[in-house]
Amino acid sequence: QLSVRGKNKKEKLEDFFKNMVKSADGVIVSGVKDVDDFFEHERTFLVEYHNRVKDASAKSDKMTRSHKNVADDYNRIGSSLYALGTQDSTDICKFFLKVSELFDKTRKIEARVSADEDLKLSDLLKYYLRESQAAKDLLYRRSRSLVDYENANKALDKARAKNKDVLQAETTQQICCQKFEKISESAKQELIDFKTRRVAAFRKNLVELAELELKHAKGNLQLLQSCLAVLNGDT
Amino acid sequence: QSSPSSPEPASLPAEDLSTNSNGPKPAEIMLDDDREDLFAEATEEVSLDSPERDPILSPEPTPAITPVTPTALIAPRMESKSITTPVIFDRSREEIEEEANGDLFDIEINVSDPEKVGDGMNAYMAYRVTTKTSLSMFHKNEFSVKRRFSDFLGLHSKLATKYMHVGYIVPPAPEKSIVGMTKVKVGKEDSSSTEFVEKRRAALERYLQRTVKHPTLLQDPDLRQFLESSELPRAVNTQALSGAGILRMVNKAADAVNKMTIKMNESDAWFEEKQQQFENLDQQLRKLHTSVEALVCHRKELSANTAAFAKSAAMLGNSEDHTALSRALSQLAEVEEKIDQLHQEQAFADFYVFSELLGDYIRLIAAVKGVFDHRMKCWQKWQDAQVTLQKKREAEAKLQLANKPDKLQQAKDEIKEWETKVQQGEKDFEQISKTIRKEVGRFEACINKERVKDFKTVIIKYLESLVQAQQQLIKYWEAFLPEAKAIA
Repeated sequence: QLSVRGKNKKEKLEDFFKNMVKSADGVIVSGVKDVDDFFEHERTFLVEYHNRVKDASAKSDKMTRSHKNVADDYNRIGSSLYALGTQDSTDICKFFLKVSELFDKTRKIEARVSADEDLKLSDLLKYYLRESQAAKDLLYRRSRSLVDYENANKALDKARAKNKDVLQAETTQQICCQKFEKISESAKQELIDFKTRRVAAFRKNLVELAELELKHAKGNLQLLQSCLAVLNGDT
Repeated sequence: QSSPSSPEPASLPAEDLSTNSNGPKPAEIMLDDDREDLFAEATEEVSLDSPERDPILSPEPTPAITPVTPTALIAPRMESKSITTPVIFDRSREEIEEEANGDLFDIEINVSDPEKVGDGMNAYMAYRVTTKTSLSMFHKNEFSVKRRFSDFLGLHSKLATKYMHVGYIVPPAPEKSIVGMTKVKVGKEDSSSTEFVEKRRAALERYLQRTVKHPTLLQDPDLRQFLESSELPRAVNTQALSGAGILRMVNKAADAVNKMTIKMNESDAWFEEKQQQFENLDQQLRKLHTSVEALVCHRKELSANTAAFAKSAAMLGNSEDHTALSRALSQLAEVEEKIDQLHQEQAFADFYVFSELLGDYIRLIAAVKGVFDHRMKCWQKWQDAQVTLQKKREAEAKLQLANKPDKLQQAKDEIKEWETKVQQGEKDFEQISKTIRKEVGRFEACINKERVKDFKTVIIKYLESLVQAQQQLIKYWEAFLPEAKAIA
């Protein structure tokens, strides 16, 4: 069970290490150390990764928004040029009209670039921000379970020393142990899956992003070249 | 009657003027002959040291905005005191246009070699202004002087105050830029201040080239002094003289006109139509300029945000523990960084030039609107004179009845005075109307064409830079794609 306010990162780490030290003598369950290595690595990795994904997601959002602003500006400029171009049929108005077409077409392409970036990059990062948070939460739940297990161990020792309620203490300890092992196993699997999915998702989106950017760049290039031809062809 | 040294007047026949059945009073015809002579004398006989030139080349800086009636220019020679200089040159300009070839416009101006003079906040840039010409009004065929920015503003101010209120569209001066110039003064030897100086140099060159192309302004002695004279009295109060300052002056005039509840009885549909046209053009251009400036601003933001994202993606790549993905992310970061650089460079700069040209064009339209407003003020002055004349007549009638002989005489004198003013008012109004028609014609025929050429050149350059940028972009993404596909 997670408490209403999940413990922040620092508190969680503190807990974990506190209990590690305390239980160094008391932990007898074999295999814990190996598993801990895996989880230790995961914890270090996830904490850093989560922060960096958060930053990348925020910066990607800003970048995408800027792109959209630029596309909107092109739209306004195109409209203004059109209004100017249709005022009369002087040379300067004809010129403005031609340029307005350019801006109008460029605007469409920029808008698409912005939308694609949003989809392939910003959304991807946002998604993995959530996923990495979920993974961290999972680790937290596991370490909570470890704490419970440690406490059950201590209670058992005490009960044996006092020779009181030993059976109950043994049962509790066994339940906690099972819970802990179960969550450790499922967490490990989930974290491995998480990595696999992450790699696949990034691959898919980055490939699609690159392909779309190429498509837009080529489209833009064609548009620009045809516009140049028109402007240069006119005397 | 003609001066012995005047050259053969050009081919304009005398009858050309008298066939204006509605218009000119007899005095005008005589004045035309005088005009010819005066023109000739003004260019051929007046030497550098002649006393006539002194009133023009006053050592004091021109007081900022007070309109200077150019009568000072020819006062020593004039019999009639009510002529304004541009009217004289108007005739010569007709002569020039009749010649209909480039000879009389054989003048080339270059602005070059910007050089920093002085240190700290008192420092300024001095530019070399070189003139090449075969026009006889100049003392040499090729000469150059050193001028600073405020000198250009001072020149523009003089020309604007002399010529705009009689209907001439005076080309606007480049804008002042506090930010740009401060960087230069403070000695920042970076690319942005070099760029700024280069842009300013180009703007100053354009400004002079446009000014000398104006047939009337070309005759102006202040312009000649600016181009030729090695020493120039320092123009002070350049805040008022800046492009923005002139614009403010023009706008104030416009506001004053609007506040006056003159519903001018516009008998001339041409003026009404043109005024509306320029008003529309002005509004649309300002809207466009705002959008263009927004784009310039947003592109800067995009560049900054792309760079920030690139760094962030690199960091993400570092913490990614899957090797191939890590490498791909680093590559992505590099691509984004390169894209940012692309955006910052040429294309951006070229688009900025378009933005500046636009601002320039807006100032030109403001100048055109200004002359229309001056015409309305002129009309108002004429109307006011008529009202005053009427009042004086009524006063005189009253005095007749009251039988006060000495006051009566004064009243009669005042009536004469105001009759003259009314006549002059009407003449001025007709003259400014005529000048504006010519100027607008010139604007539509030549100036617009030139501006289209300028705009076109800039847009083409911008598009060419964009093409290059797009081609680079394609290269970058094509290089990245295999990296992304290699993620396994």
